[in-house]
Amino acid sequence: MAGEVVIKVEDVWFQYPTGVWALRGVSMEVTRGELIAIIGQNGGGKTTLAKHLNGLLKPTKGRVLIEGLDTRTAPQYEITKRVGYVFQNPSHQIFESTVWDEVAFGPRNLGLSQEEVEKRVKWALSLVGLEGYEKSHPYDLDYGKMKLLTVAAVLSMKPEILVLDEPTTGQDHRGRHILAALCKKLNEEQGMTVIVITHDMRFVAEVAERTILMADGKILLDGLTRQVMTAMGILRKAAIKPPQIAALSNMLNNAGVKINALTVREAVEQFRRVLKKP
Amino acid sequence: MAEPVVIVDHLTYSYPATPNVLVDVTFQVQKGEVLGIIGPNGAGKSTLCKALNGLVPHFYGGRIGGRVIVAGMDTMEHSVAELSTKVGLVFQDPEDQLSGLALTVYEEVAFGLMMLGVPKEEIDHRVREAIKKVGLEGLEQRSPFELSGGQQQRLAIATVLALKPEVLVLDEPTAQLDPIGKFEVFSVITKLAEEGSTIVVVEHEIEELATFTDNILLLDQGRVKAYGSAREVLTMVEKLKSVGVDPPSVTELTHILNKELGLNLEEPITLEEAFKIYSEVLGVA
Repeated sequence: MAGEVVIKVEDVWFQYPTGVWALRGVSMEVTRGELIAIIGQNGGGKTTLAKHLNGLLKPTKGRVLIEGLDTRTAPQYEITKRVGYVFQNPSHQIFESTVWDEVAFGPRNLGLSQEEVEKRVKWALSLVGLEGYEKSHPYDLDYGKMKLLTVAAVLSMKPEILVLDEPTTGQDHRGRHILAALCKKLNEEQGMTVIVITHDMRFVAEVAERTILMADGKILLDGLTRQVMTAMGILRKAAIKPPQIAALSNMLNNAGVKINALTVREAVEQFRRVLKKP
Repeated sequence: MAEPVVIVDHLTYSYPATPNVLVDVTFQVQKGEVLGIIGPNGAGKSTLCKALNGLVPHFYGGRIGGRVIVAGMDTMEHSVAELSTKVGLVFQDPEDQLSGLALTVYEEVAFGLMMLGVPKEEIDHRVREAIKKVGLEGLEQRSPFELSGGQQQRLAIATVLALKPEVLVLDEPTAQLDPIGKFEVFSVITKLAEEGSTIVVVEHEIEELATFTDNILLLDQGRVKAYGSAREVLTMVEKLKSVGVDPPSVTELTHILNKELGLNLEEPITLEEAFKIYSEVLGVA
């Protein structure tokens, strides 16, 4: 159903045992089927917020509702079933000795039939493009494929919401394109709600419709990526460089040219228009 | 002309278990030059960095052909220890670089010099100079593990600079950093480049490389696919894309417009160049 709120974060404050307040009054809502990027410097609260979305952390104050379930009181498996979390570092997640077993672990753990487990593993591996690697040892895969494996291992639990923590860190450009295409596919074809934490502004521009900028445990900006990337003053204060095409657009806009592009493709279309000779 | 600081001449290398990681690689780095090395993961970039300080082949074994000469020393004829004062290698993850033994930033930078038996006053002088170069003044007494990612990587660079190497080799120094960390490290590299340091830097951040490198070498499957000035290589849009490397966005944009609209715009490699070119062609300069 369009417009259905699946995540509700209500004035959440969070204090680590060290005494540091990592979240200071964060509120936001996520609607089913959204693809959202969360950006900001390390220490700004991105990962802490993300870990609240699957119940790994519980608010010190305020509450988080996942499809109406309060993460403080709902059984953890009810949250885990709904929200899949892909860690930044694949080696923090991988522990089985074949690709197949790694992806089968989650569904087996859910107590599903052998038949259903098999179906899901095949489905997840085909979504990330790792068919044919079933018998490989996860650590024999290159870094890009290892990342895809960790995504598949979460997908096999069929979460409705997928949270990816810095999926492109350590990836080369090809790896970044593959992950961008995968995020879009999961969102558009599988109808998954996808939340990506990232430092990669080009990735954000290509993938996310909505962007949330965090700093010092608070949300500084929350809006359409296109709007966030033109908020030059706030971005500068947060030391975020917009993608190069957005920066060029902003500079030309200030000079009076009507351009508002985020990606190379968009820029080509818009320049084609303004450059068209009479 | 003076002898190049780095001469890599028909270098071919196989790890004991992985053949042909580098195949017939040839390039030179002049004194004061900044060379960027780009290419997909698995292209052999890190192996090439390790060949510059002798870790390849002295530590890793394997079979090597061709020659690598750094600061006049043939890496086959000199130990990694001897080469370590000539070639400063900075790794991707600062935690791989830091000794883990030093309690303070100052001690960390002094560590290598103490191992080399440098006199105490000289150590003090060099440590202060290196810390200043990377902008960590005031943090001398901090624990290295209390630093941010960007500060840790700048510390790693300082530990290497203190040895006064002839060439600084950086292997994806910003890959693990957040935007502030990247900015800090690129600022330090740019400053070192302006001061005339000889630098070899491996990076995926092509748009940043475009702003401070003299030459660029494109590596794919162990082979040199392109080698020339930063402008020459970064404007080879199709060639870059064919090996999975994205050129700067502004370069790609202009390349596509030239092709699709039959224009003849100069292809920019930096944001500033692009703004200038488009302001002119749109008549808002």
